[in-house]
Amino acid sequence: MTTRYTKDHEYIRLEGDTGTVGISDYAQSQLGDVVYVELPGVGKSLAKGAEAAVVESVKAASEVYAPVSGEVVEVNSDLESSPGTVNEDPAGRGWFMKIRVKDEGELNDLMTEEQYQEFLKSIS
Amino acid sequence: MAEPAHSDEPLLQTPLHAEHVALGARMVPFAGYDMPVQYPTGILTEHNWTREHAGLFDVSHMGQAFLVAEDKSHETAARALEALIPADVLNLKPNQQRYSQLLADDGGILDDLMVTRLGAPGHEGWLYLVVNASMKEADYAHIQARLPEGVTLQRKDGLALMALQGPSAAGVLAKLAPETADLAFMMSADVQIDGTWCHLSRSGYTGEDGFEISCKAEDAAKLWNKLLADPEVKPIGLGARDSLRLEAGLCLYGHDIDTTTSPIEAGLIWSIQKRRREEGCFPGAERVQREIKEGPARVRVGIRPEGRAPAREGAVITTPDGREVGIVTSGGFGPTVNGPVAMGYVAKDVSAVGTDLHLVVRGKPIPAKVAAMPFAPHRYKR
Repeated sequence: MTTRYTKDHEYIRLEGDTGTVGISDYAQSQLGDVVYVELPGVGKSLAKGAEAAVVESVKAASEVYAPVSGEVVEVNSDLESSPGTVNEDPAGRGWFMKIRVKDEGELNDLMTEEQYQEFLKSIS
Repeated sequence: MAEPAHSDEPLLQTPLHAEHVALGARMVPFAGYDMPVQYPTGILTEHNWTREHAGLFDVSHMGQAFLVAEDKSHETAARALEALIPADVLNLKPNQQRYSQLLADDGGILDDLMVTRLGAPGHEGWLYLVVNASMKEADYAHIQARLPEGVTLQRKDGLALMALQGPSAAGVLAKLAPETADLAFMMSADVQIDGTWCHLSRSGYTGEDGFEISCKAEDAAKLWNKLLADPEVKPIGLGARDSLRLEAGLCLYGHDIDTTTSPIEAGLIWSIQKRRREEGCFPGAERVQREIKEGPARVRVGIRPEGRAPAREGAVITTPDGREVGIVTSGGFGPTVNGPVAMGYVAKDVSAVGTDLHLVVRGKPIPAKVAAMPFAPHRYKR
């Protein structure tokens, strides 16, 4: 199991050829209380960096981008009724979608946990 | 996830800046000031706390000023201000406060403001003004340039301003200044709180009962902490201030009202008293009187989107068959309503409560209905 991060604070956790995508704990804390999540349709093909979902806090709407290219195979529809789960458990129950990864090589462009923590230090 | 843009301009600080930092607030640039957008508990909790208990807001960034008639006559000061705003200032009772707007010659709104006729001895002929932080320099220049001989504008940058809002506000304040208990809505008083001089009014920007409290900058931290020492009081940031005022149906300058909107379009006719409607003699009176008589072409309305997706400022409003009829000027999630709420301007023919509309959010139409405002009932002390 490999977890990688983008500079836009999405994570992808790879299990087999499927990656679970969400936003980092840092991202949820920066957003504040999440009140709405718009998820893509299952079956949608996403290019790396394409807009995959929208997360809205009381203050503002933010885009969530696909960390890698692939097809959406499952979405976390619990977020529709309980968007606050993104704040409570971003790495667990607050996941957004599962993507069947097209090219595992794209993960090499992303940050490891250690690199992401260093990145957070550099922007704070 | 996009990073917010950062500005390199030096930010001003209110007299309570150190208190916000000590409380762990997230500070953001707002109207040139470094202001708390939220404290660690977050906007939803702060919003709900204000509706259920009492919230304390630092609004010291707002512009406080006095309009002073040298002849110590209220009429002199009132006439000078009535030349700039459509409210009846002349008939204000001592210590009475009114909401109004600085109007441009075409009837557009330059800013909105609060006006109080001061009542303390020695302040005959003094009006107290509170204007928006983002507009204060422009407002002061506008007012200054239009004052007659014998009336001066004195900006009071050395004053702090805080708001105590919510159903517990009156009880909290009565413990510190018992004479505030009977103060009516939109009336003001000069009181001592814990040895600190304060000028306060029973008013606010949340739809709740509460007070706006002005004091000297050097006393602000002491007063802030005295109020916060009450377990009913928690600090509230700008984030919840915005969601609270949106649910209360109150306008935010630069969003819901600006130089293109008139007070009549904005639904603010209640703030233009009968004498002024009839007499006119204020900037833009021609447009205001015409719109009162004929009805404005567009009006500000409340809107409730169906479902959970918030519609934000800038969302286009259409009829269900796709005819563009307006634009959202404020929108978001209303914690007390527990759903999305918005306000915006629509053509008169689609402005009746209950009218079906669509809001275009990220290219997709969301069904919505014109709704009565406020979204959360006002609970002012009448």
